[in-house]
Amino acid sequence: MIEFKMPSLGADMDEGKLLEWKVKPGDTVKRGDLVAVVETPKAAVDVEIWQEGVIEELVAKPGETVPVGGVLAHLRGAAEPKEAPAKPAAEPEPRPEAKPAPAPGATRHLVSPAARKHARELGVDVEQLPGSGPHGAVTVEDVENAAKGAPKKEAAPPPDKLAAMRKAIAAAMSRSKREIPHYYLSQAIPMQRAADWLTAQNEKRPVADRLLMGALQLKAVALALKDFPDLNGFWRDNALQPAPGIHVGVAISLRQGGLIAPAIHDVAELGLDELMKALADLVRRARAGSLRSSEMSDPTVTVTNLGDQGVDAVFPVIYPPQLAIVGFGRLAPRPWAEDGMTGAVPVVVASLAGDHRASDGHRGARFLAALAALLQEPEKL
Amino acid sequence: MKVPPPPSGKVELPVALSLALLADMLRIRRMEEKCAELYGEGKIRGFLHLYIGEEAVAAGAMRALAPEDNIVATYREHGHALLRGVSMDRIMAEMYGKREGCSGGRGGSMHLFDAAARFYGGNAIVGGGLPLAAGLALAAKLKKESRITACFFGEGAVAEGAFHESMNLAQLWRLPVAYFCENNLYAMGTALERSESQTDLCAKAASYGMATLKADGMDVAAVHKTAQRAREHVATKGPVFVEFQTYRFRAHSMFDPELYRDKGEVEAWKERGPLHTFSARLKAQGDLTEGRFLELDRAAQAEVDKAVAFAEAGTREPAEDLAKDVTTPS
Amino acid sequence: MSAISYREALRLALDEALEKDERVFLMGEDVGRYGGTYAVSKGLLEKYGSERVRDTPLSELGFVGAGIGAALGGMRPIVEVMTVNFSLLALDQIVNTAALLRHMSGGQFSVPLVVRMATGAGRQLAAQHSHSLEGWYAHIPGIRIVAPATVEDARGMLGAALADPDPVLVFEYPALFETKGEASGGKVDIASSKVRREGSRVTLVTYGGCLPKAMQAAEQVDGEVIDLRVLRPLDMAPVVGSLKKTRRAVVVDEGWRSGGLAAEVMARIMEQAFYELDAPVARVCSEEVPVPYAKHLEEAALPQTEKIVAAAQGLFA
Repeated sequence: MIEFKMPSLGADMDEGKLLEWKVKPGDTVKRGDLVAVVETPKAAVDVEIWQEGVIEELVAKPGETVPVGGVLAHLRGAAEPKEAPAKPAAEPEPRPEAKPAPAPGATRHLVSPAARKHARELGVDVEQLPGSGPHGAVTVEDVENAAKGAPKKEAAPPPDKLAAMRKAIAAAMSRSKREIPHYYLSQAIPMQRAADWLTAQNEKRPVADRLLMGALQLKAVALALKDFPDLNGFWRDNALQPAPGIHVGVAISLRQGGLIAPAIHDVAELGLDELMKALADLVRRARAGSLRSSEMSDPTVTVTNLGDQGVDAVFPVIYPPQLAIVGFGRLAPRPWAEDGMTGAVPVVVASLAGDHRASDGHRGARFLAALAALLQEPEKL
Repeated sequence: MKVPPPPSGKVELPVALSLALLADMLRIRRMEEKCAELYGEGKIRGFLHLYIGEEAVAAGAMRALAPEDNIVATYREHGHALLRGVSMDRIMAEMYGKREGCSGGRGGSMHLFDAAARFYGGNAIVGGGLPLAAGLALAAKLKKESRITACFFGEGAVAEGAFHESMNLAQLWRLPVAYFCENNLYAMGTALERSESQTDLCAKAASYGMATLKADGMDVAAVHKTAQRAREHVATKGPVFVEFQTYRFRAHSMFDPELYRDKGEVEAWKERGPLHTFSARLKAQGDLTEGRFLELDRAAQAEVDKAVAFAEAGTREPAEDLAKDVTTPS
Repeated sequence: MSAISYREALRLALDEALEKDERVFLMGEDVGRYGGTYAVSKGLLEKYGSERVRDTPLSELGFVGAGIGAALGGMRPIVEVMTVNFSLLALDQIVNTAALLRHMSGGQFSVPLVVRMATGAGRQLAAQHSHSLEGWYAHIPGIRIVAPATVEDARGMLGAALADPDPVLVFEYPALFETKGEASGGKVDIASSKVRREGSRVTLVTYGGCLPKAMQAAEQVDGEVIDLRVLRPLDMAPVVGSLKKTRRAVVVDEGWRSGGLAAEVMARIMEQAFYELDAPVARVCSEEVPVPYAKHLEEAALPQTEKIVAAAQGLFA
């Protein structure tokens, strides 16, 4: 019997709510099949299965919240017989494998004892309050914020989901700022050659297939990272853990608010056209709320581009346990001196936030230099 | 085991001392008979280990000790406490669990204590008192005091490591301690020869280089003389081990159905009973009349009646005081 | 005032105690000629003679019992049981006699005995020489358990223990023997726990050999560190006070987790500070294995700074 368990879809995920099964008992599944939709604090995610076999039993029911590692379904492996050969006419044995106990907090709204006491004193209704503590418990700070009248109840719909995402972002970013000693570097990169090349390329293409500067930047980041394993991977158990592939998380702001950074896999290996397609698809699905589990859990580095909003440069916060995040500001003409000539050329400021436990500023500076160099030869991307 | 003949022959003691020893034994006997009765009535609870049959050891030994000496005893210590000067009233009240008891009702039968009498208990761990006695003797030696420490224990204790460690320390440091072993042949229900490879207890002590003595524990005169010699040796030379061969007439405790020994054996030992053999010898040599005996017996009985009345009238410590005496109040 | 080592502080304390009170004597295995297994009593035999610095046979039950007797007889014995591991051989005398005598005698006999022993792991001494059993002893009413974790306490606690009319067990930490600090020689109490570092985010409650680890962890998590100092009777007031500020606690205890002292501290937090909490109380204890010999395994078995940091961070979402 194979157990299919609730996957971890990010370092900050403790549990997930099963929204929907895409398989039923008797279905044959293989590696990579999408079998379920799970809601995490960040998004509804299509969950892939990594085992092969026949679905024997769907243990978790839609609507149920299951802790990470909790059993969702039982599978029969290809080699296993349908049922264990039972003694004829034997009385049915009680099944020892009980259903997993409901996750803590699945049915109960968690409120810390201190928060409960404080809420009584301040007259705050804790049952309606989103929590930021362990397992989403309401803490004293949550109560105090509520007492200050911070979020209005009739805020954007659906409030609890939004609040949950805000909470998840808060937790991840707090952890990042608490644990990761960030260093920040930035470099202005002339983009004349890249812009010219892009214009030339797009002239030859139908509108639907046009390339964006963002794809060029992503590809350049991925290629540059090949020589910087200390910027691509994770910091776990007090040690650098370089990632075997370069899966770039793309920061996507959501219309209803909040932010998500799913991965495009093996960016360095993708052609620009493939990358462009992947990027467009990812943004569409992220906003539709149908991401795959591996996209949520796999980023090895993150890129954020706030140029559209007009900022000159971004000084981003690393998403733990990743090692670095690269930011791009707006592409705008600026005075630039080259070969003794001064002129206005399109320039972008690329920035890097690195985890100082894993790498030093010297390495980060060399990475930015490599990135700048790659962007001077767009045809090679 | 072959039962030796009853103690006989002339009692070579001053008459007054002989009568006092007889009175001592009678007091223990009558008190404990009453205890057994009260246990049946539910007035005394817990473990109750009676000394009946062994009275000659406590009686003979206590009168050989000085008032400044320390006493360490076992859970079968009613007689030792009584003869050491703890009043029967306070012993009985203790067994009743009353505040007026010699341990305030906190100890019970197995934990009789009295600071004024230098009576250090009442230890219900077999062998537990032996290292304590060595330490009391060490303190006396370091403080250059003349007191000795007398430690009573049963032969069951010789199987414990504490016995051997204490023998070694006492002899190694030449401590003023007398180890009085009351060999009543049974450690609860296990006979000596069923539990010891070496049944000669003196040989065990002698293996540590310690002086040893042996006496018939059913003969109060022999016990007394031996205990005197022992105290003299301790006070002048060093520790001593004395084996008193005795016998317990009643069960180990009130829970004991006595499956391990023969009724015939008990009856044969009763022939050697310390009270009737000693009074018979005193009568034979003209030191005791039946009238005098009855007088002593009536006095003992009166003391018991008074003690029971005292215990009955005793008060119960309020439960609010429960935490008292765990540590010294600051 | 110059810094001295924890070991020197222990020796100084013994020297002062022997100097000050004729009734005090030191007794134990190899305390005299050998100078103490950890060289704590080095030089004292020459200064005070073999009556007062008394070598004993390997006879823990016997000489601890003799210490009790000597205390009853008016002396102020300091009995050294080489290590807590060997104290198990004397457990009967400590638990059945020393701890109970005052109570059983209805308050007539106090036992002014001090028993010192080394405790704890961390020196690759393997399973039989690495126990941390303070929690066992702290279970017993009638004895006071103290755990000096600073040089000041290493010097001061012995005097306070000798002044106590009841038995006191002093646990000394070889893991700390080379730590340096100042020892004023002033009186210290053996009744209170103390804040060793102020912090605002999480309360780290510990004692003995784990104190330096907790202090290091506190640097990383803005922790407030409380050194229990006295394991029986426990002084919870500073812990409760600190929780009012931090609302989160990690208890750090080298003893095993199950039924340990950490569990007791946590239970008291539940009893006394439940409504101050914003997160479940966490603990970092030794893993539930006998302490292994191999260095990396021993380290893995014991509380470490990183484990404390992780436990503290786990109290935040």
